[in-house]
Amino acid sequence: MAKVKRTRYARKKHRNTEHDRNLSFTRRAVLIGALQGSCLALLGTRLAWLQIAEGAKYRTLADQNRVNVKLLAPSRGLIVDRSGIPMAVNTQNFRVMVIPEQTDDLEDVLVSLQKLIPLSDDAILLVMKQAKKAPSFAPLIVRENLTWDEVSTVEVNLPELPGLSIDVGEIRFYPIGGATAHILGYVGAANKGELNSTDPLMKLPGFKIGKTGVEKTYDEALRGSAGAAEIEVNVVGREVREMSRNPGQPGQVLTMTIDSELQKFLEDRLIQAKSASAVVMDVHTGSIYALASAPTFDPNIFARSLTPQVWEELMTQEGHPLNNKAVGGLYPPGSTFKMVTALAALEHGIINKNTTFFCPGHFNFGDTLFHCWKPGGHGHVNVVSALAQSCDVFFYNTAIDIGIERLAAMSRKLSFGAVTGVELPEEKAGLFPDPTWKRGKLNAPWLQGETINAVIGQGYTQATAMQLAVMTSRLVNGGKAVKPHLAEYIGGKQTFPEEWPKLGFKPQHLQIIIEGMVAAVNEPHGTALGSKIKIEGMEMGGKTGTAQVKRITMAERAAGVKNENLPWHLRHHALFVGFAPVGNPRYACSVIVEHGVGGGLAAAPIGRDLLLMTQQRDPAAKEIATPNMPIKPIPAQTPQVPKERE
Amino acid sequence: MQQYSFDVQTNMSLAKKLSQLSWMLIFLITAVACVGFTALYSAAGGSFDPWASKQMIRFAIGMAGMFMIALIDIRFWHKFAYWIYAGGLTLLIIVEIMGKIGMGAQRWIDLGFIQLQPSEFMKLAVILALARYFHSATLDEMRRIFFLIPPALMILFPVALVMVQPDMGTGGMITIAGAAVVFLAGAPLWIFVTGLIGAAAMGPIAWEFMHDYQRKRVLTFLDPETDPMGAGYHIIQSKIALGSAGFEGKGFLHGTQSHLNFLPEKQTDFIFTLWAEEWGLLGGWFVMILMALIFMYCGWIALRCRHAFGRILAFGLMVNFSLYAIINMAMVMGVFPVVGIPLPLISYGGTAMLSILAGFGLIMSCNIHRDSKLPKMN
Repeated sequence: MAKVKRTRYARKKHRNTEHDRNLSFTRRAVLIGALQGSCLALLGTRLAWLQIAEGAKYRTLADQNRVNVKLLAPSRGLIVDRSGIPMAVNTQNFRVMVIPEQTDDLEDVLVSLQKLIPLSDDAILLVMKQAKKAPSFAPLIVRENLTWDEVSTVEVNLPELPGLSIDVGEIRFYPIGGATAHILGYVGAANKGELNSTDPLMKLPGFKIGKTGVEKTYDEALRGSAGAAEIEVNVVGREVREMSRNPGQPGQVLTMTIDSELQKFLEDRLIQAKSASAVVMDVHTGSIYALASAPTFDPNIFARSLTPQVWEELMTQEGHPLNNKAVGGLYPPGSTFKMVTALAALEHGIINKNTTFFCPGHFNFGDTLFHCWKPGGHGHVNVVSALAQSCDVFFYNTAIDIGIERLAAMSRKLSFGAVTGVELPEEKAGLFPDPTWKRGKLNAPWLQGETINAVIGQGYTQATAMQLAVMTSRLVNGGKAVKPHLAEYIGGKQTFPEEWPKLGFKPQHLQIIIEGMVAAVNEPHGTALGSKIKIEGMEMGGKTGTAQVKRITMAERAAGVKNENLPWHLRHHALFVGFAPVGNPRYACSVIVEHGVGGGLAAAPIGRDLLLMTQQRDPAAKEIATPNMPIKPIPAQTPQVPKERE
Repeated sequence: MQQYSFDVQTNMSLAKKLSQLSWMLIFLITAVACVGFTALYSAAGGSFDPWASKQMIRFAIGMAGMFMIALIDIRFWHKFAYWIYAGGLTLLIIVEIMGKIGMGAQRWIDLGFIQLQPSEFMKLAVILALARYFHSATLDEMRRIFFLIPPALMILFPVALVMVQPDMGTGGMITIAGAAVVFLAGAPLWIFVTGLIGAAAMGPIAWEFMHDYQRKRVLTFLDPETDPMGAGYHIIQSKIALGSAGFEGKGFLHGTQSHLNFLPEKQTDFIFTLWAEEWGLLGGWFVMILMALIFMYCGWIALRCRHAFGRILAFGLMVNFSLYAIINMAMVMGVFPVVGIPLPLISYGGTAMLSILAGFGLIMSCNIHRDSKLPKMN
């Protein structure tokens, strides 16, 4: 200890010497130098860490920084009819674009443009508003759907309109227009919910997707997959150069089962009936040859500018043109349901071909009196004449023995109470009631009287024209569970099975039903005799139906008020189901005329015309357009769009 | 006082002085400056305009100034150290007053051909004045607290003036460089220990007094990802540019991040990022090694100087230079807050280049005149 103290003292004594100062300085300088050295070493290590160890991570980030993937919209798949005639195509959409930074004064340029082509003040205001938000190098749409004349006018004046340019996009066009509007649907911009989809295309501004009809059902196949261009951008998103381009996959061609000529015919025919719907299909394959609903609308207005006035008109018009009533309209099937009852009674052994009941014009059940549609009654009827003359009392007599459960089971086999699965998102399931349903829905027990109502297709039962056509098909095709479909091929692949499972009905029972339906059209007293097809080999069978919109009151029945004298919206719906030819059924149809008063009066004539036209065109016998077949040119009045500009 | 003689020729011949010029140091400085020219040429997208050409002219002017300063007798600098300090302080006050009387807040005096930033020269002047003050201090004096009050004021007065400009970065740098000089001069360690503890204790209190934007800057530094589009943007983008470069870099003129303008301030504070993006780890290390060599060379000059003034001056200036270099590189690598400190000799900027070269001039003067006899004041 003493030694240490002495040394310290000795050192203190010499503290003032220059040598000591030097030593202190050197020590401290070395200390600082070491600090600097370690700082640099740490930084060197840090740099190595960033560039080597974490290099991959930062390289990814750097690429994300500078590479913008620009989506390229694929061409939407064409929709063609069974013979290859285009039903939905893409036409060129000429647009005027403006790049704000290339204009001297954006508003001036737009006002000058207004003098050349029709352009609303609102449109100018909209562009001005967009220009404030968007970067000034981003092109903005000024107007779409220019006519060729407008395009040339703008092109000629482009030198005086700096910043403006003409651009070609694609727009969906439906050459057949209103007649196919309900089947094809239309395309429109995705709404908020649809934007959450994982498809990157949804984020493309102005990208259109199927909103209704098969455009919606087959949207994924029609849409194709997005192409992409990798574009190097700078920090504000200005494009520097294109690095790579993948054009994407255009949408697949959709070949419909529809015969577009037949479709046009049917739509025209239905429009005469004010508000109606009809379906004609192949009883063996389920192919729908025509499916129409009237009134209709022009689907092309949705792809172009839809004004609020037009929209308002479509929404409020009587007959609801936007609705596809063939799959979305629900009606009591009325007497067209009697085949279901008859088959149930036959299959469960309640009646046979020869069973007769006496029809006095009414049927007593307990305290309730059930009327036949024919005052005075049909006298003695068997199942065939009951179907032919649509005798209600005959079926009332079978009601309790069949029972609602067995009737419900039969109706479901024949397509009631559930969607048929046709590719239309608007399709409704309808309803066939049973005790379980009633308890759940109305919390009330099933009444026997309700079964009596149900056997003639009245009461709770609701069905679509589509379901009635499927019912008819299944009755006349030998009892096969055929399902309807609108798409024949998607991208060359068949969409439906070759053979449908059997429902297990006895052929002789089905034959009895067919006999009854043939009699209804062709025998004296048949309810559809007026609509008989007199051409040899094209005869049809069928069944009329009349569905009450408003219950006939006792007072009305007593006063003999005629239904056709009531206000239009209170009149009965008219229904008809039919098939042809009678010898070897191939085509089945259903027709529903809203407030058409009577099935034989309003619906059966349309059914006749439809089945006759169908047989004459005989689509089932013709070859279907395969993807390898060239797409036929669009016939008639399609707009002629210039191929190339400049 | 009579020992002073300003006649350079009488003590050392010009030829002798020139022979004593530290050519190694000049070479290293030029090499670093060339890195700067290259980076600025690239920053402009492969063009000498607008930065590289101007920077080269300034470098040439600065080099001429550096030689002149180096050749001037060390005794001149010793004698006029306080006057230079006073002059710098006056300029700072003028800038402050000009700001107050309606010319807007500004940090420079426009001399027509150059915008003079007095704070840049103040850094040198503070070190010069401190070196003069400590030149003749004995170790006993260094232990006396009253002896240390004047140098403390010499540091704090200009720092206060710079801080109110407001230029926190430069203020902090002058403080640290000044403290380093005081440390070198032999002030007792407890002062620095107490100072550090005090600063640490002041942290939470300072936090209370900070503006929101200042707090945000601190928080952003701690975790840049919290504000990727705002304050954290610079740090994140700089790290992306550096990290994506790899070992060999993306190649001259091929730095994507800087050329696509993702990198902010690429010609000034973030020029090291631009350089290292294009030249990779090799390029980054190359600059660091050049810097280290400059530090070492200047340190060696300081250590072999035979008078305290030269030792303190040379080493102090070197520390000042190294602080800028190290803090700038730490900043762009995301290990130090973004405080607006340029990379000396490389970043674009006129006054900074001139003041840095003037500093090296002084260091070289110390080298040339390392054996000069300087008067003791007491």
